[in-house]
Amino acid sequence: MTLTLVDGLIIGLYLLVVVAIGVALRRRTKTSEDFFLSGRSIPAWVAGLAFMSANMGAQEVVGMAASGAKYGLATSHFYWVGAIPAMVFLGLFMMPLYYGSRARSVPEYLKLRFDEKTRLLNAATFAFMTVISSGISMYAMGLLLNLLLGWPFDLSIWLWAGVVLLYVFMGGLTSGIYNEVLQFFLIVFGFAPLVILGLIDIGGWSGLMASLADVSLQRGYPADAFTTVWRHTGSAATSPLGVDWLGISMGLGFVLSFGYWCTDFLLIQRAMAAHSLSAARQAPIIAAIPKLLFPALVILPGMIAIGLTHRAGGLSFPLKPDGSLNYDLAMPLMLARYLPAGLLGLGITALMASFMSGMAGNVTAFNTVWTYDLYQAHIKPNASDKHYLNVGRIATVAGVLLSIAAAYLAARFNNIMDLLQLVFAFVNAPLFATFLLGMFWRRTTGHGAFSGLLMGTVGAALHHGLTIPQHAIPGIKGGWLFIVHTYPSEMAQNFSTAIVAWTVCFLVTVLVSLITVPRQADQLKGLVYSLTERGYEKPAAWYLNPALLAPLVLIAALALNLIFW
Amino acid sequence: MGLDLRLPIGVLFTALGLVLVIYGATSDPAIYARSLGINVNLVWGCVLLVFGLAMLAASRWRAVK
Repeated sequence: MTLTLVDGLIIGLYLLVVVAIGVALRRRTKTSEDFFLSGRSIPAWVAGLAFMSANMGAQEVVGMAASGAKYGLATSHFYWVGAIPAMVFLGLFMMPLYYGSRARSVPEYLKLRFDEKTRLLNAATFAFMTVISSGISMYAMGLLLNLLLGWPFDLSIWLWAGVVLLYVFMGGLTSGIYNEVLQFFLIVFGFAPLVILGLIDIGGWSGLMASLADVSLQRGYPADAFTTVWRHTGSAATSPLGVDWLGISMGLGFVLSFGYWCTDFLLIQRAMAAHSLSAARQAPIIAAIPKLLFPALVILPGMIAIGLTHRAGGLSFPLKPDGSLNYDLAMPLMLARYLPAGLLGLGITALMASFMSGMAGNVTAFNTVWTYDLYQAHIKPNASDKHYLNVGRIATVAGVLLSIAAAYLAARFNNIMDLLQLVFAFVNAPLFATFLLGMFWRRTTGHGAFSGLLMGTVGAALHHGLTIPQHAIPGIKGGWLFIVHTYPSEMAQNFSTAIVAWTVCFLVTVLVSLITVPRQADQLKGLVYSLTERGYEKPAAWYLNPALLAPLVLIAALALNLIFW
Repeated sequence: MGLDLRLPIGVLFTALGLVLVIYGATSDPAIYARSLGINVNLVWGCVLLVFGLAMLAASRWRAVK
């Protein structure tokens, strides 16, 4: 596909506005809290939309369409079971503690609630992980733009990293948040025409169901397996995800999604930047509203793309070197098929915006954790605020450079990146047990939390070493110790690894907490739910009240699960 | 907070809408074969324009208030 002048104009307009936002915010960024937490001044709707888009990097946008093509509508489990309940829980029960404790980061909350070693463990792994994942997504985007538009890999990487650096350096978190909201609207307006045209072309929802029935049957699933979410999850064999309903609801719905949405600082930072506790509580719940509907924008294009492969004059997916379909091209294929010059530029801009804001999200989270939780805590405490602001700006440059290095590392040694991501998955898997116990059981001690986290990670690694997905070779896919169990799919194995890590962490934390000395109740005020006052200020408008919004969002999620049962 | 985010959103989408409307009105109809014969640039450009102007109006309204 080639871009024309009008496409270039659209991309250029976007870049201009991005940089202008950075310049406009530069004068307003005076203290370290301005830079790292937007001076805690962001309105709820902005924090909410940023919260939702911070997770929507290009990798997710491309990946969700790819999963839509690979697994069908079952991919929505990542939204309707995975994200929504966790986001609502975060807003209702956890934000009062994150925001109310005045912690400036998630690791800092761990310091206030537990101790320094628990913070250090979390901060160090988080900082490292953000840089690596930013590099991996940069690498993926460089490859995609090269394949799609023939842009040189080096040029994409340095150019986009340069723009991100420019606006984060100037405006800090506020720049990041503003661009995430911009990206949200670009994704909505950039992909909606694609979905509308695709649906018209394939004959509406009923035409799509008919096309996908062929796909399902051909792959050995029941005819409606690609257009329903729960009906065929009775056994892993008939579920396109290769996971049964128990694995989906416990592994994805509980452990993995609560672990991600409720503890990942990249997301929580957006809500922490809100102007009041009430706005911070609304942010994740407001974010859940578009999240409910996003499968239509990001999963549906993938489903339409795979449906079209079974039609005369339809699409054909390029193959990967191993002969399997290259699902990652679902979204680009759809862009190229339906969008003429003009709208094509808008679609590409939406992709680029999600790439840049995904990277900016990582960079803003990295510079905060580095400055507050590593530098101020361990290298130079008691310096002036100006000093930390400067350190934050330097960390921004360093973070971008490290991401670029990670991108090149990923290009050279793909295996190392796979290995690192695996290790991070082990480190992250138990986190939610620690936060759950820390926030809702006052008896939990620092020693308990720390040993629980370590043992949970060990448990995850052991489970991975002892099990393997079907048809895989022992090694990075598992089974590197010896094989005691074979899972029907890699996803089923991942979900089980998470459940094991969570359970081990939970049990170890409880046991160790019971034999170590707890802190006095008065030291835990604002840190543990039962010891925290809950007189929330009134929300800006009655319809923003979490007590009203939260049940509505949950009912809507339930309804979607039932409609597409 | 200083900068009202609705202002840059409004500016960007108004500009994008204008570009698409003008391009849609002047471009060769043959390019719309792939979009099922619909001049999507014109149609969607109008949608963006309305959204952009609404955002601008909202930010203006807040400034006056």
